[in-house]
Amino acid sequence: MDIAIIIFLFGGLFLGWSLGANDAANVFGTAVGTRMIRFKTAAIVCSIFIILGAIISGAGTTETLGKLGSINALPGAFAACVAAGLSVYVMTKFGLPVSTTQAIVGAIIGWNIYTGSPTNMKVLIIILGTWVLCPIIAGLIAIFFYTLTKKFIHSSKLHILRLDAYTRAALVLAGAFGAYSLGANNIANVMGVFVPISPFTDVNIMNIFTFSSKEQLFLLGGIAISVGVFTYSKRVMFTIGNDLLKMSPIAAFIVVVSHSIVLFLFASQGISNFLQSINLPPIPLVPVSSSQAVVGGVIGIGLLKGGKEVRWSIAGKICLGWFTLPVIAAFMSFIILFILQNIFNLTVNI
Amino acid sequence: MFGLKNTSLFGDTKKLEREIDEFVDILSEVGLVFKSIIPTYLNHSANGKFEEMVDRVKEMESKADKITKEVEHTLYEETLIPDARSDVLRLLEHLDEVIGMYQGNCYHFSIQKPDFPKEFHQDLIELTDIVVRCVEALCLTVRSFFRGIQSVRDNAHKVTFYEKESDIKFSALARKIFDSNLSLDKKMHLRYFVEKIDRICDQAEDIADEIQIYSIKRSV
Repeated sequence: MDIAIIIFLFGGLFLGWSLGANDAANVFGTAVGTRMIRFKTAAIVCSIFIILGAIISGAGTTETLGKLGSINALPGAFAACVAAGLSVYVMTKFGLPVSTTQAIVGAIIGWNIYTGSPTNMKVLIIILGTWVLCPIIAGLIAIFFYTLTKKFIHSSKLHILRLDAYTRAALVLAGAFGAYSLGANNIANVMGVFVPISPFTDVNIMNIFTFSSKEQLFLLGGIAISVGVFTYSKRVMFTIGNDLLKMSPIAAFIVVVSHSIVLFLFASQGISNFLQSINLPPIPLVPVSSSQAVVGGVIGIGLLKGGKEVRWSIAGKICLGWFTLPVIAAFMSFIILFILQNIFNLTVNI
Repeated sequence: MFGLKNTSLFGDTKKLEREIDEFVDILSEVGLVFKSIIPTYLNHSANGKFEEMVDRVKEMESKADKITKEVEHTLYEETLIPDARSDVLRLLEHLDEVIGMYQGNCYHFSIQKPDFPKEFHQDLIELTDIVVRCVEALCLTVRSFFRGIQSVRDNAHKVTFYEKESDIKFSALARKIFDSNLSLDKKMHLRYFVEKIDRICDQAEDIADEIQIYSIKRSV
């Protein structure tokens, strides 16, 4: 493989690494931070299920991003990834709970503008709509599960030690589901822009199954996310567990479940097809923000408790992120594309 | 694998549950023995039985100590209930102090042999009865903390009620002692014993208050 291709792919792998470093904490942060689960356990479960989610269910959201703008040259995809990664870094420095999802969408639009390609407005509106819906649905699911769990705990009269043991098991299961959903939903952010221009070819394994070039890309992206989980997420997990989200392990479990269901809903081709088969509108398969789903869940529980503990400033920052991050990413993407084309003489659009 | 120690996780949990239940059983039993000890002591003809009962309290206290150490060890070694571990251990230590107070009272009776005139016997027995009821209510509060947090408040309220009853009884008995014709040294000696028994209720009330805070922290 050409060395240039590897360098360009590194743009996506870097994005994957940062996703693993930051978003794995959404899935296992409280569990590890409160020492309910060991970091090693969390990292292993998280990595396995992120890769599985990416390979098995990652296609739907990738297709949606492809409809928004199909980047057709590797340097273009590299520019989009670097722009997304840098804008996330900048916004995180300002303490905003932003996501790679919003950054990559902005970066793709930046590519569209730079190359004069049309942006599919219908798809864009659907994507924007899901960003707003994501924390709201997560909040509603959290309220539902919180009420249900509270009733169960009160009626079951479990010993706190037994409850603790069950909570640990539930946190591992919810974390595995969360990691699978994260991989399925967010792999599009990491590798989506490379799919139309994948440098890999389909591999037929003993005539049993074909490992497509897309799946190979997703595996690579999944591994990059896992490396992020192992190398950098520990610190983020302890920050989440100890500083940001002071909540009981049971509340943490509910937040993880709500987050995972939302990410899964917006990534599941099966559920979308099922809804269509019973004449209901299909769920758009869109990459949504893992961090914002978590904040939605936390706010949902906070509202149920009377709303005193809800930090509305975070909700405000999320809304701000919906608009500012894509704009910044689009702007950065435009500049990087300009540099690659005019200084390095690279083709960013075929 | 995975650090969960699946094969032993639920086993350890069950063992710990049993140990904590056993610990609370001991606290309750020591109270019941103590309730019989005072009338036995006051009935001078049964001194042999009294010493037997003191030995029984001592045995139970040692067993409770052993359980506290085992629970402490398992909780830390298996990193169980990380969010409530320190609360549970503090609770067990304070409950152990109640058992220690029962035992201390028994020893003091055994060593100092206070001479309670017959006119105070009934009051002393009634005070002991209230104290034991108070600790029984504490046992219920402890059990509800572990198994059904919603009942903690109701049971803790009973502890407070008996503590007040005990204060009233203590004041009345102390007044009766000091109004009697006994010499001052005897009066002070008897007051010391009455006060020491009453203090068990103060300790029980403090623990019940603690449990209420722990249960607020643990509410889902």
